[in-house]
This record gives sequence, structure tokens and C-alpha cells, in this order.
Amino acid sequence: MRNLFKLIAIIPLLVFANIGYTADMKVGFIYIGPPGDHGWNYQHDVGRKAVDKAFGDKVETVFQENVPESADAERVMTQMALSGADMIFATSFGYMDPVLNVAKKFPKVKFEHATGYKTADNVSTYSARFYEGRSVIGHVAGKMTKSNKIGYVASFPIPEVVRGINSAYLAAKKANPNVEFKVIWIFTWYDPAKEADAAKTLISQGADVIMQHVDSSAIMTVAEEAGVYAFGQASDMSEFGPNAHLTAIINGWGPYYVKRVKQAMNGTWKGGEQTFDGIKSGMVVIGDMSDKIPDDVKKEAMAIADGIASGSMHSFTGPVNKQDGSPWLKAGETADIGTLLGMNFYVEGIEGDIPK
Amino acid sequence: MFKLEPRVEFSPMISFLGPLFSIVLTMIFGGILFFSLGVDPVAAIKMIFWDPLMSETFAEYSRPQILIKAAPLILIALGLSLGFKANIWNIGAEGQYIMGAIFGATFALSLYPSESVFIFPVMIIAGIIGGGIWAMIPAMLKVKFKVNEILVSLMLVYVAEQILALASLGFLRNPDGAGFPGSRNLNDYPSASNLELINGTGIHLGVLISLLMVIFFYILLFRHSLGFKIKLIGHSPKAYAFSGDSPNKMVVICLLVSGGLAGVAGLFEVAGPAGQITIDFNVGYGFTAIIVAFLGRLNPIGIFLAGIIMALTYVGGELTQFMLNLPAAAIQVFQGMLLFFLLSFDLFVNYKLKFLKD
Repeated sequence: MRNLFKLIAIIPLLVFANIGYTADMKVGFIYIGPPGDHGWNYQHDVGRKAVDKAFGDKVETVFQENVPESADAERVMTQMALSGADMIFATSFGYMDPVLNVAKKFPKVKFEHATGYKTADNVSTYSARFYEGRSVIGHVAGKMTKSNKIGYVASFPIPEVVRGINSAYLAAKKANPNVEFKVIWIFTWYDPAKEADAAKTLISQGADVIMQHVDSSAIMTVAEEAGVYAFGQASDMSEFGPNAHLTAIINGWGPYYVKRVKQAMNGTWKGGEQTFDGIKSGMVVIGDMSDKIPDDVKKEAMAIADGIASGSMHSFTGPVNKQDGSPWLKAGETADIGTLLGMNFYVEGIEGDIPK
Repeated sequence: MFKLEPRVEFSPMISFLGPLFSIVLTMIFGGILFFSLGVDPVAAIKMIFWDPLMSETFAEYSRPQILIKAAPLILIALGLSLGFKANIWNIGAEGQYIMGAIFGATFALSLYPSESVFIFPVMIIAGIIGGGIWAMIPAMLKVKFKVNEILVSLMLVYVAEQILALASLGFLRNPDGAGFPGSRNLNDYPSASNLELINGTGIHLGVLISLLMVIFFYILLFRHSLGFKIKLIGHSPKAYAFSGDSPNKMVVICLLVSGGLAGVAGLFEVAGPAGQITIDFNVGYGFTAIIVAFLGRLNPIGIFLAGIIMALTYVGGELTQFMLNLPAAAIQVFQGMLLFFLLSFDLFVNYKLKFLKD
């Protein structure tokens, strides 16, 4: 009888244990598109899941997809903060001013903004040195092209994209002095139809290796059909072009997200910081290399990746001139961070103009 | 079986019950959808319709937000409703919205950083002119060459988007913006900022004007001869011809009004909630406003209510996404259901269902 009473006494405890449970921390993510895009947003969501995995029940993550870069972003972040989010990762450049506005209203909430340049006491930024990956795939592209024409589908003429083109060109030129770059700007990050059209145009102009700085896998599909090569963007895209896919630059946000959430939990998180990490920290990962790439080229490419990671190499090492022939980097000099972050010029050898 | 018979008498009962039924049906079918996605349907529907208005956590913030989200929809839809009544189809309000914002922002930023109380009023006029000019192109082509205004106004949206990209990357690009696209933030430029009218709510002049415009359009349509003429030309162009007025005049008036209102909606948005010209400045208000206009049955009061309901489903829909993990697509389907049921019940406002014996 006594035992029965004990048992009954325990029941409410069990129920309470379940109801009373709350996570120590709530972390919100906002995405510009759907996580199913196999590109930019997909990788941020992989990063979010890494946070889930690392902290289990201690951290609750929530996310909102398809948030436009407008007043809507401000509303979504405000509502997240009102719902009790302690930390918000805003994963697209255009959220910059909305992040700062919301951060002002919620000084206790910690904000992390991807690829922006404005910070505050409770706003830090983070971005990846994708250009380091471009050096590796630029080398592969230079070695793999037979027509010596490399096509490049670019999104917007912002420093990040210009930096990628320059880095890829310098590496390709070093691997193959006869190489030529053709760049098409399509003024969107995600539009499979436009991306495919641009790739088809480049292929019809003789390009047999296509690089991309746009998010969808459409270019890989076109490359597969046309029998040319391409690279995965943000994620491994080999399932969309098993023969075309050479390798990929994979965005690895997981380690950074886990690190920052941990800092937020133990009180060491700081605002006003600007992280700009690359291959070394795992924010930029070189994907698996295709069997189509000869072994020696694979080795050279990995040596570049290792050299950049160890600091013995730099994507922008002089002598390098600007497109107009004026000197930029002296022999042995490497680019400073300020020039890289604001890069708005082509290096010598690239034809065409950056749209203004 | 059955057939549809036109109603001879207008039934106020049906026109009141129609929207009510359609909302109930949306809740039922939406609930089934949410349930099949593994989400508590009652919680989700409460979160869409109730929490933005009444919950302790969100309501204080989201009540004014609903008005802010509804304001451009209402402004644009009011302008469009004039033309739609007169069978003049401006589908390109999105482009006029963009051009209004660009005109206003360009004027303001060309004076940056000088301060004057006249800057914001002139920006409003520039916004009206920007949208008006963009709508005048299809108007003139229709009047002079009988070119279809639906196609021209729609195509000009894409032209406006290109000009928007040009502005963000070129002539309006923030010189202190480290080379990134996008203009200076007008909220950091006091003379050009569309300021909050009530502190902490975000309510701006555009919200107030959209509400005033509802009253103005009500008077215009039901108490003014222009409203009568617009309805007349829509119902019977031949009868209108007897009035001696040229139908071309109506084309110009309707497109000018709808373009001007779309332009000023864009101006209030760029100087207020959005703050800056960016490549993705437009988020589809000009197209959604077409739905709002028809949902509100081209009636100013109806448009006001439709705008509020649309805004509510946006704001509430967002809550369900990150609170309950509903995918964005499920919310879009839910909104689509609401529109579908509302418009299909409209059928019964104008028609009677009659069962026939074999």
C-alpha cells in the first residue's frame, strides 16, 4: 500500500519534469531562400543542425526560410527576439541594416550577421574566405580546360564576387598561361533558369569549364548535358552532374556556429567582432575530387589548399597588376585585408568590365 | 442536376456569410494540411489569426506591424480598383512602386547631407511623379496606338527592376558602403526619413494616408461624378460615349491615379520601413495588391479589410514558421486556400444555385 502511495506521489513529478523543461538557450536563423536549395541556405541549415547536435536539449534552434532582404526581415527578427530567442544568425548580406535596427531594440539578444560589415555592441559579423577555395578550383580549371576558355557565371558585382573571379583567374593563369576568362553577370543569387541560360551562352562561346558564383545546381545540370566540366557551389553537387562535377567549394558554417553558441552560453561571446575565416578553420572546405582529374593535378590542387591553410601560400601574391596595367602587388607582397574586402577591380588579364 | 442562375436581387445575407464561410473552410482544410505536416492544427490557426492581434508576447508589436504591412497594399489596390472598374487593366503597379521609390530616393540623396523641412514633402511629390510617369507610358501607347495596356504595364515591371539594379549598383550606391550594392539608409538622413508618428510602433505617414485614402476613394466612387463615369464606362462604353467625354481621358486618369498611388506607396516604403534602395527592394506589393483589390470587390472599405486580412496572414504566417516549424510553402498554400474560397464564394453573391429535377 505504501509503495502505491509513493508511486502516485511520483507521477506529478514525472509530468512536471516533462512540462517544466525548457532549453537554456534559443537560437534563431533566418534564410534568404529555402534550405532545400542545395546551395547557400542548405549549408546554413547544415550549420544549424550541427548546433542541434552539439548541444542536444540545452539549445533550441528555430529558423525562418524565404525572408526577403527588406522591412520583412526586421519584422521576422523582432518577432524571433520577442519569442525569446537569445541569439540570431542572419545569413544574408541584405539583412545588414535590419539586423542593426533590431539589435538596437534588443540589447540583450546576440546577433551574428553573415557577410556584412556593420557591427554593434551586440552584433558581430562572419564571412568566409571563399576566394581561397577559388584558388584551388581555379588551378583545376586551368589544367582541365582543352579550349583554354573558362566560363564564369557571376551574381552581383560586389567585392566578394569580384574577389572570387580574380582569385580563380590568377590560379588558372598560373596553371595554364593560355587560359581566358569569360564572365557573365546575371544579377541574382538564385534563379535556375537565368543561371542555365548563362551557362549555355558560355558553352556556345567555347568554354569547356564553367565556374559559378550563384546558388542553384542548374549550371551543373547544363554542364552534364553539354559534356563540359563544372564545380559545385556551396555544396557538393555531384548528384546533378556525375560526369561534369570536378570538385566543390563547400561552405562549412557548423564549426563557427557551434563555437559562437558555446561562447554565448558561457558568457565569452563578444559583439563587434568580424570573423573572416577560410580553409584553415574549416569554414571553406574543398569537396571530393572527381576521378576525371589526373592524379598529379589532384595533388597540386591539394597542395595549394594545404599551403593556404598553413599560411605558406596566399591567393593574392605579387607581382599582380590591376586590369588597367597599374601595379597592385609587388613581387612577394600579399593583399591586405582592406583591399580584399572592398575589391572593385579586375586583375590584369581578365577582359571586360565590372558592371557599374 | 443543378445550374447557376444569375441573382436578380442582391442578397446582403450572402455577401456577409460568404467571407465568413470561406474563412471557416480555410481553417478546416488548412488545419488538415497542418495536421498532416505533424503540427497541432488548432495551435497553428490560433497563431495565424489570433496571436498577432491578441497574444501577450507579440500583439503589442504586431498590431501596428499589420497596419504597416497593409498600408502599401491598400494604397496600391485603391488606385488599381478605379481602373479595374473601368476595364482599364494596370498590371504593372509593381514597376510604378519601384519607380516612385527611385524618384523619391534620388531626389533626397542628391541633396544629401543638407537638411530642410521641404525635402520630405518634395520626395512625396517625386514619388507620385515617378509612379505616374511609369504608368503614363502604357496610357499614352494605348491612347495613341491602341497598344494593350496589360502587356505594356506588366513588361515595364521588368524594366523598372533593371533600373532598380542600376540604381543600387550605380548612381545611388552608398559611397561609404565598401562597394556593396544599395543606397544610403534614408533613416539615417533626418530630412528624408519617413518618421514614426507614434513612438515605438513604426506607424508612419504612409499608414495614415492609406487610411485617409480609403475615405477619399469612398466619396469619389459613390458621391462624385468621376466615380459614376468610371462605373459607367466599365459597364457600358457605348452609354459612356453619349456623355461626350472621350474614353481616352478615362484611360489617362485611371492609369495616372493608380501609378501615382503605387509610386507614393514605394516612396513611403523606401523612406520608412525599408530605409534604402536595394536590388531586392520590391517584394511583390504591386502584384499582391491586385489580389487585394479583387478580394475587396473593388470597394474601398472592402479593400481596407482585404489588405488587413492579407497582412494578418503574412505576419501570423511568419510566427507559425519559426514557432511551430511549419515550412514557408505551407503558409503560402494556406493563403492560397483563403483566396480560393473567398473568390469562389463570390460566385454565390452573383449567382443562385438551383437544383433541377431530372
